[in-house]
Formats: sequence, structure tokens, C-alpha cells
Amino acid sequence: MFEFAQAAVEGALAAGATYADARFGLNRSESMFARNGRIETLRHGESGGVGVRALIGSSWGFMAVAEPSETTARTAGFDAAAIAKASALVPGPPLELADVEPVQAEWTSGWQEHPFDVSISERGDLLVGVTETMHKIAGVTVAEAHLSAWDTQKWFVSSQGSRIFQHIVETGASMGATAVGEHETQRRSYGGIGGSYATRGYELIRQIDMAGNAGRVGEEAVELLVAPECQPGTTDLILGSEQLALQIHESVGHAIELDRILGWEAAFAGTSFLDLSQLGTLRYGSELMNITADATLPGALGTFGYDDEGTPAKRVDIVKDGTWVGVLSGRDSAAVTGLPPGGMVRGEGWNRLPMVRMTNVGILPGTSSLDEIIASTDDGIYMETNRSWSIDDKRLNFQFGCEVGYEVKHGRRGRLLRNPTYTGITPQFWAGLDMLGNQSEWIFWGTPNCGKGQPMQYGHTGHPAVPARFRNVRVGVRGRAGA
Amino acid sequence: MKSGQHDPTLLLDLCSRILDLVGGRAEAEVTVSSGRSALTRFANSFIHQNVAETGQWARVRVVVDGRIASAGTSLLATGLDAMVERALDAARFRPVDPDWPGLAPPVHAPPPPEGAYDPDTHVAAPEARAQVVRDFVAPGGGDAHGAALADALADALADGLTAAGYCQTGGHEVAFANSAGQQLWGHTTRAVIEGIHRSAEGDGGGQQVAARIADLDGAAAGRRAAGKARRSVDMIDADPGDWEVVLEPNSVVDVLDLLTGHGFNAKHHAEGRSFVRLGEQQMDESLTIFDDALDPRIIGMPFDAEGTPRGRLDLVKAGVSTALCHDRRTAREAGTGSTGHAVAGGEAAGPIPHHVFLQPGDRSPEDIVAGVERGLLITDFWYTRILDPKTTVVTGLTRNGTFLIENGQITRAVRNLRFTQSYIEALAPGNVVAVGTDGRLAGESQFFAPTLHLKSWHFSGGAKG
Repeated sequence: MFEFAQAAVEGALAAGATYADARFGLNRSESMFARNGRIETLRHGESGGVGVRALIGSSWGFMAVAEPSETTARTAGFDAAAIAKASALVPGPPLELADVEPVQAEWTSGWQEHPFDVSISERGDLLVGVTETMHKIAGVTVAEAHLSAWDTQKWFVSSQGSRIFQHIVETGASMGATAVGEHETQRRSYGGIGGSYATRGYELIRQIDMAGNAGRVGEEAVELLVAPECQPGTTDLILGSEQLALQIHESVGHAIELDRILGWEAAFAGTSFLDLSQLGTLRYGSELMNITADATLPGALGTFGYDDEGTPAKRVDIVKDGTWVGVLSGRDSAAVTGLPPGGMVRGEGWNRLPMVRMTNVGILPGTSSLDEIIASTDDGIYMETNRSWSIDDKRLNFQFGCEVGYEVKHGRRGRLLRNPTYTGITPQFWAGLDMLGNQSEWIFWGTPNCGKGQPMQYGHTGHPAVPARFRNVRVGVRGRAGA
Repeated sequence: MKSGQHDPTLLLDLCSRILDLVGGRAEAEVTVSSGRSALTRFANSFIHQNVAETGQWARVRVVVDGRIASAGTSLLATGLDAMVERALDAARFRPVDPDWPGLAPPVHAPPPPEGAYDPDTHVAAPEARAQVVRDFVAPGGGDAHGAALADALADALADGLTAAGYCQTGGHEVAFANSAGQQLWGHTTRAVIEGIHRSAEGDGGGQQVAARIADLDGAAAGRRAAGKARRSVDMIDADPGDWEVVLEPNSVVDVLDLLTGHGFNAKHHAEGRSFVRLGEQQMDESLTIFDDALDPRIIGMPFDAEGTPRGRLDLVKAGVSTALCHDRRTAREAGTGSTGHAVAGGEAAGPIPHHVFLQPGDRSPEDIVAGVERGLLITDFWYTRILDPKTTVVTGLTRNGTFLIENGQITRAVRNLRFTQSYIEALAPGNVVAVGTDGRLAGESQFFAPTLHLKSWHFSGGAKG
């Protein structure tokens, strides 16, 4: 398949591109949804094509064609260059690329059991079984579960001599129960940010023991309907590791994207409260806060061998002992700022222009266990599993809701609380971090639906996290009385 | 197809070929789509990303003795046999679906809406999009083309403004066929200019949506955005709490999107997750909401993913909830007919309206603002998330221009606020003061909405928390 990518690059260069690269992609996906003991959807998808990127002046031109021949791939390269040239009607400063050593390589993500090799009936039985278990619990109205799997092969060629083949397999699953009350609904789910996802095979599904957790999930959904509501106030907040993963994704991961900092995403995804002049000095959080972007973590959802510019995967410090020290970057954004290229540029597929993307942006573990954190909290709330998330376009003002909360009084976990929410301002919130879970509680959570760009692209990102405690957080934010 | 002209028989023949591949082994429905999409992005007042894609997709859903599976591929030349076999193989492993509603019967469908397709927009060149962008970026008085561009851009820069956004063009055609004999075809085009002008303190947004790129006025959208950005100086913080608000169409569309997608979805309703109580006056009598893919003011395909023809469905009449959106499955369960709201691959999501209108009222936006003693003017909402579908409590933020209104005048720019508000409560009887005359396609969903004047909206936090 390298020949299609090569033809596309040649087409772009012949049409005047100063640099070009192309990816031929072959993507297969499967998804299965079950609801109340019945398989509701079973879908297979397959797509193949080439996307070519041409740089002329201040703009990228990008063209994607499905199912190409060498001729149509070459034409796509021509078209990409023509599109880039048209950008000169509204020109900016010439775009440069930071140097990256050309590579000829192959990389495979590795898996023990390819998800497509597991029979549909076995996978279906799992989903039917867990949704039956949840749905049988009195008060559960809707029980849902789903499995997803992706098999991605891509052949990358650049005009600077890179030729890279990668084969990446990802798998994920989720389940949840919804209980409907007279005035509101309550949901309890299992997994992390919408489920458990990893750059692994079906062994992930066998490991997470959905069947063993289905009953608990259903029961907790029903219990929530009659639980007391999380009251407004300011208190110490303990977050489960999956909620901390979401907190990192929204209030750190997006804020450190260099394209946002440079204003390239200002109209839609937004900008960032971070100013590059503060890199190396800005206090992002307490000294316990150590964040890395590490695309080399085995099995994490943001792991790969090379990004979609051919830059090798790497680990980059983002926040060190509470100080902001790094960004997520690609070759163009790095060149603008003089920073080293981070190898963090990926496209959703062969038909999308690659852009700066989180890899595995996560927090390094501390020394406490969750039990120790709770035991050392005199008055607070423990929240678990995200239910809603909202943050402003500078990644500063956030409000998150969780599925469950628990009172923490005198070092013990107390009553279940419904509708727990918390809100804050990013650096103030992270400054309150004072206890952090340990290595044994470090989990590589993943999210497969990170939206960014126009046209919208959904990225797969990883977020290693542990439980954590934050001091003096505003909780229990609600609408008007009765709402 | 370079010319942008379509011959319906090409995709319909492909549908027939896929049905032939299934043969007598299953009931089947097939959708084949083909299209071109191009998008020119600008930031810091210049074009930095410029993309285009020619796309194609085939999808088959097979039903083998009540066992259902679907598969799709973009490999139309080489992948159709494999797609069909994958679907058939998968179906054999599934249990019988006792609620399978059957295929859509062959019935007459309305023709594609007049004006929903424009060949020039389908194949618009990047230079055409760049012109629209140029007009947006430098919208200052007069002709922004040619030599005047530099002056206009200089004006914007002198104001400390930079622009960011996108201009999109594209079109697609869709053919549908099933083994029950239904055959349908339609095509649409869409052109959008949307962006912001940014000042040091705030920004302002502008957006236009049309079926024809020729109908986009980049300068008008840019002037609107720049005007708001210029006013976004000496910004103040508004105190959290309940405020009278004037919602411009983009923010109204966010309200409509969440209310109709969750509430009028028959699947959610059957599960008890909807706020809708049919026959009850749940909204103010000034509000009438309907879904109509065939209305010439919107860009719509005349049939849904199951091959059911679309038409007008009144969801709310004078504040009374009157109907739910159905696909064939929810319709069977409710003992009624599909309303044409099936979503491709969306069995889990249920039926969703995509062509929603809020009937315009009788007050101009200027009159509405003039009638506000003290309130906030909201351009757009951002990152809205529903906390509970039954109460429709939503949290989100204001964006792209928030202003204080005092004694009928816009007096100050306000920093963005966070709200936590039940949408249905905000529209409840007696809570709507006025509905604007200025209906237009707006927002991310590109529904048709006018300005709304509401008595109260709950802001739960300011920019500083």
C-alpha cells in the first residue's frame, strides 16, 4: 500500500508543495450494543483510502480519496497542493516544520487475542448476560452494554524519506443501568470515561470482569434514586481515579495543546488560559502534581509507535512538581515556537488532516491509597464516575457531575449521595491537590471520543490516573429550586 | 460527477447490486452515499488548514429469520461482497429479535426539496471558499476584495481584532433500496461561513448557513462578529443568579437541540427518560416547534435511514406537547407509524429530529432588547451538557459575546458565565416574554430559530468560578 501514499506525495510535490506526506489507511471496526437482555445493534465497518497533506506558504492543503488507484492517489496529491495554493488569498507567515529524522520502520501495538477472532456469539452472550443481570434488578428501567473494537493499519510516506507501517488494535467496553424515578433519572455505569478502552485485544474485556460487576451496578443505580442529594457547599473532594482521568483530560490535556495556545483552534475548540511566556514558571497545581504525556505506555489508549507526521512516540513532562513545563505539539506548531516537536499529531483516519492530539496524558502516582485518603479526611465527599462535563473555551472554568458521591465523615465513607457535582477554576483547583493514590492504584483509563477540529475528529486518548484529594472545592452546584 | 450534476440511477443501481448479492438469503435494506466535502479554516486572520474529501459509503442491514446485523464499507469497487457476507455471517449468530418491525414498505416519497441542492456548491473550488473567508476576515466597509482588502484588514488589526473560523462547502447524494421494493434517492448541498473576531478581552461570533455558496455573505457575518468583538472591551463580571435573558438564535438552537433530541425521542419517552407529557401545556403558548425536512428554509433529505419518507411533524403547538419522533421500531411498540426519524446505525439512540423549527414570533430583535430593563444578551452557548434528561437541567457557558442590557440599551460587555438551568422550565408557560421575527438556520445543529426573550435564566457561576 506504500505505492498509493508514495504516488500521492509525488503528485503534491509535482504541483509545487514544499513538503508533503500521505497515509494510506485500512480501518476495520466492530461495535455491538445490547439493551435489556437483547442485542440491539451489531455493526461492522471497513474503510480504506489515502489522505495527502501538502504544505505551501502559510497553509496545509489536504485531500482524501477512498479506494484509490495510483493515478487517483497522484491526483489527490495534486489537489492537495492546489488547495494549499488557494490559501494564499488570505495569507499568513510561512509555515515551517521542526526537524524530525526520516524513519523507515514498522510498529505493531501487540495483542494477546484479536477482538475480531472472538466469536460473535461469545461476545453477544457477554452483553446479553450483563444486561439481563442489571435489568432483573427491581427499579432498573434500562440496562445497556456495548463492545467496540478497532483494527487500524496505516502506511505513511513523507517527502523527506519516511516510510512507516503501523498496525494498531484497540478494544473497549462499557455497561450501565438507568433507574427512572418520578422526577429524575439516575445512572450507574462501569468502566472509566464512558467505559474501559485500551490499545489491547480482547484480553482487556476478560480482565475487567463485567459479569462480576453487573449486579452491583444495577443495585447502585436504584439506590441513587432515594439517596439524599449532594448539598451545596465548599468541602474536601476525593475523586476516584476514573474521574481524575476526566479532570486531567479536560483541564490539563486540552489546555496544553500547542495549537490551541497559538490560537489555531480559537473559533471552535477554543484557546487556552496558558501563555507560552509562562512555560517553566507558571504554577499549575500543588507540588504533588506531576503530569506526563507518554505515548509509549504499553496498552494505553493513546499509545502508538509513530505519530501521523512520522515522529517517534515519546514521553514528555507536562507539569513537574506543580510547575507547567511542557506542551503537546507537532512539527509545525513546534517550529513556530522553537520548542522540540512532541510527536503528538494524529488524524482520526486516513481522510482527516492530522492535528495535535493528546497521547497518554496522565498523572504520576503518589504514595497514598484511596483508603488512606478517606481515613485522613475529616469532612468531605468522595465522587466517582463521570456523568457530565462542561468546561469553558480556555479550559479554565469547569463543572463536572459524577454518578455517585459518598459523604466522608471522620475518616469513614458514609451515606450515598445523588447528583454530586463540583466546579472550579483550573489552577486554583489543582493547587488544592494534597493527597494522591499510589502506584498500585494507577490505571490507564482511555477515552475514544475526544472531539476536536473542523471537520470534527474523534481522537483516542489515554489518561493514567489514581484517586486524589483536593481541598476546598465548591460542590453541589444546582439549577433553580426544583430543577 | 466533477460537474456536480447527479444521475440518480448510478447509486440506485449500486443499491440493486448489493441487494442482488444478498439474494434470497435475507431481507435487506441498503444505503449508498457519495459526496464531496471541503473546509477552509482560518485562524489569526489567515488560512492555515484547507481540506477536501471525496467520500463514498455503502451500508447493508440484513434480517435472516428475524436475526439482524449490519455492515458498511467505503470500498465500493472491491468490498461489497465482503460487506454482505460479513453482515450475513453476523446475523446468523444473533438471537431472533422479537420486536423487528419489518422493512419500510414501498410508498411514494416526496421529491427532494427545491433549492436543497446546488451543483456549484457541491464542487466549489478552494478559491471560492477563500473569497468568503477573506470577506469575513476583513469585513470593514465597502468592497473587501482586491486592493480594499489590505485597508479592511488593517482596520481590523488596528482594532486589535483577529479572526478565526471556517468556510465549508459540499454536497452528497444518498440512495436507498430495500428488498420490499422501496427505492429512494436525494441530494443536498451545504455552505457555511462561521467564525469569530477576537479582541484582547473577548470575542464576537457570526454565522451563515445556506444550500448555495453564492448565498453566503462573508462580510456580513464578519461585520457581525467584529462588531461584537469591538464592544467586548472594559468587560465586567455579572453576578451569578437569576437573570432575564435575550437568547440569540445560536443559543436558542442549543436549547432546541437538547429538548427535542432527548424529550421528543419516542425511545427515551417509552423508557420514562423524557420530560414530555403529550397533550399537556408544557411550554409557553407563544412557542410552536416542528420538524420538517422538506421545508425550503432548511436543508433536508426527504427520507430517513429506514427509507421512510419525511414530512412535517408538529412537536409543540402553542406550548402543548403534541407528538413524538418515531422510527419503525418505536412506532411498532407504540402502535403507530414511523414519522421518518430513524438515524443510520442509531438503533441505540432512538429516533431523533434533525430539521427542527421554532416558529418565529412578532417582535424584532431590536424591539426585544428595547423592552429589557435589566438583563443579558447571549450570543451563543458552549459545552452544554445535560445533567438529567427528565428534568432537562443543563450546565454550560456563554460564548462569543455576552452583553448587559440596561433600560433597553446594550451597555457593557460581560465576561462569560456558567449556567445551570432546566431548559424546559426556562420555556414553561409564562416564562417566555417574546419570540423574535428573525428566524434563521443557526447553531451547531443548524436548526431554524429566532431570538427568544425569557424571564429567567439561572447562572451558577461567573468567569472566576
